[in-house]
Amino acid sequence: MLEKVLKGSPKYYMWLAFLGGIIGVGVITYLFQLKYGLGLTGMNRDVTWGFYIAQFTYLVGIAASAVMLVLPAYFHGYKHFKKIIIFGEFMAIGAVVMCMLFIVVDMGMPQRMLNVMLHPTPNSVMFYDMLVLIGYLCLNAIIGWKTLECERFQVAYPNWVKYLIYTSVIWAFSIHTVTAFLSQGLPGRHYWLTAILAARFLASAFCAGPALLLLLLMVVKKLAKFEIGKEAIKTLTIIITYAMCINVFFFLCEVFTAFYSNIPGHMHPLHYLFAGTEQGLPWVTYWMWIGAIFAIASLALLIPTSLRENMKILPWALGMLVLATWIDKGLGLIVGGFAPSPFETWATYAPTVPELLISLGIFGVGAFIVSILWKIAIDVKKEAGTL
Amino acid sequence: MKRSRRQFLKVASLSVAGLGAQLAAGGMTKAAAAVKPSYKEDALALKAKRWAMVIDTREFASKEDFDACINACNHAHNIPNIPGKSEIKWIWKDAYEHTFTETKNKYQSKEIEDREYFMLCNHCENPPCVRVCPTQATYKLENGIVAMDYHRCIGCRFCMAGCPFGARSFNFTDPRPYIKDINPKFPTRMIGVVEKCNFCVERLDEGKLPACVEAAPGKIHFGDLSDPESEVRKLLEENYTLRRKPALGTEPGVFYII
Amino acid sequence: MYNSKYVISGLVIFLAVFSYPFWGNLASKDYNGPKLSLPADQKQCIEPVEFMRAEHMTLLNQWRDSALRDGKRVYVASNGATWEASLQKTCMSCHTNKAEFCDTCHLENAVEPYCWTCHVPPKGNE
Repeated sequence: MLEKVLKGSPKYYMWLAFLGGIIGVGVITYLFQLKYGLGLTGMNRDVTWGFYIAQFTYLVGIAASAVMLVLPAYFHGYKHFKKIIIFGEFMAIGAVVMCMLFIVVDMGMPQRMLNVMLHPTPNSVMFYDMLVLIGYLCLNAIIGWKTLECERFQVAYPNWVKYLIYTSVIWAFSIHTVTAFLSQGLPGRHYWLTAILAARFLASAFCAGPALLLLLLMVVKKLAKFEIGKEAIKTLTIIITYAMCINVFFFLCEVFTAFYSNIPGHMHPLHYLFAGTEQGLPWVTYWMWIGAIFAIASLALLIPTSLRENMKILPWALGMLVLATWIDKGLGLIVGGFAPSPFETWATYAPTVPELLISLGIFGVGAFIVSILWKIAIDVKKEAGTL
Repeated sequence: MKRSRRQFLKVASLSVAGLGAQLAAGGMTKAAAAVKPSYKEDALALKAKRWAMVIDTREFASKEDFDACINACNHAHNIPNIPGKSEIKWIWKDAYEHTFTETKNKYQSKEIEDREYFMLCNHCENPPCVRVCPTQATYKLENGIVAMDYHRCIGCRFCMAGCPFGARSFNFTDPRPYIKDINPKFPTRMIGVVEKCNFCVERLDEGKLPACVEAAPGKIHFGDLSDPESEVRKLLEENYTLRRKPALGTEPGVFYII
Repeated sequence: MYNSKYVISGLVIFLAVFSYPFWGNLASKDYNGPKLSLPADQKQCIEPVEFMRAEHMTLLNQWRDSALRDGKRVYVASNGATWEASLQKTCMSCHTNKAEFCDTCHLENAVEPYCWTCHVPPKGNE
């Protein structure tokens, strides 16, 4: 099936070359970071995680969200998802690879990365994070590849794949739970020290991931000329809508607990994110308000069935939803977590240009992987007549 | 063709096996030649079940009082003087409201409010940094000291997110150019690793008190918290002391006489 | 076999190039280790020379773990002598000439240990 990667239209090659260029810029910038250290980023003594770890967190969610297709299709035998399930699995592969790269570029001593395996430490959540990410990557690669191959030869997939699929369902929940546990078990980081963080992560992942998938599919179906299926879109948007409602509800629970209890430590991060400090509004405040408005607007467009099923409106609703969840998790979460420093001073952070270029390079890698995997899937499915 | 391929495989597998055996045998002779290492503690080493520090904050008034300790530490451990937000500090001073964030009081005694306070790693009994470190580069010694192995640190900074006291620093840049007078008895650190106060474990092991304690005789006390007869325990009995963020349950080992 | 002419001649050329290090050095002189400058006032290292040459890095790793993790900073050598387990305070106090001792051999063997990005070599050397 790999040969499908090599046969494509000029447009396809131009797209890959464009991504290659972005990746190249990222790699060169990263070489500078390796030489001159993480001082090239906006991180500092008080804000020790930044854009990289935030993207890692967001993308684990995107990876986990494949389960929103797998679960209905394989657990409940929902047939309409069968056609697009492979796209979810392949997107998860790209997302997991990006997660791993974001962790690597965030390390001060990436040369020593394997120390995590040489000195396995079961009391560290990061140890489990490594395990679940590698496991999830393998699961999706094996399942995706095998099921696609069987589809190509028009045979039923072997029984052992089914057990892997069931494992991957539980695994998807575990990767994002473990990611939340990285933050939510730390004493003294009030914004994260909340039992609902893992649940919030899952809710935001299960709306953002399928929304992103659907948006990408809408683009690709125009390029490759196929139909996603009305029923599939209908069901997936309902899933997205419910998950987003739960996501917003969980966030409001946080707001209530912080402000009704009136405990300063709990109020500080939210205050910083949405109302700034005595010294003025940090850059993130504008983003947070955009995120809040987009979250509400997306729900307003998704909840009424007539609007949700309008294919003209849907992409806008999904776009706003993806952006809102990204601002919440890919910006606000880390900035808010570190803003009140351990000394109760305001610690500021903003990503620098090199940091953003490296991040862009990693997104390029993810897009590259998803592009070639989807290319394979589309070509194979077209040949087999299952698209 | 088929036959010769099989022969080739046979020969190849035999030679691989032979090579493997040779390597294994070589490895064994090597191991036999190695000297059995034996290590012991320095006879002068200071020992305790739980090292702890009591800082008499009443004794620190002038800038010189603080600088004596800070400079002693900085020199002993080759701590760079990096300006700005990526600074490295093992022991430093700050205002009351930044040190004791949980016991702030708008109408505090002016004298206490105006005083400055040392901050350093608390060498907690339940250190979150040790809990989260994925490589055991940070670990707790039997004597209660939370130590670090800079050779093993991967620079993930999970420990910095975990520490509620802001006691850890990260080498965002190469520290060497920022060290004026390098102490040849102690290593520096390199780009990309985390570092922090080590309660001068290297000095205790050769029978010396920590550098800051030595630099402030009678002002900073150091001893065994588990020994009821120790000086630190007596001071704790006789004086009202605070610890930073006791509510988090990390059980800090640094006490402040107010 | 198809194209046996090309395949066999290709294999021969490949083998010739691949084995060059072996036959290429047959004619050359015997290999002599690099000349290291040894401490003038000392006859013996803490362990036999052969052991130190082959295993000094392992020994240093053991020193590190023993000193940092077990608090045992005294090394009892095979001849019973005791030494402080410290690269800077013990090794480099005799081997004061990093450039002509450590670096010469490491360079010859194409290894680049990064000990000295943290550990401080004696001053007279820089």
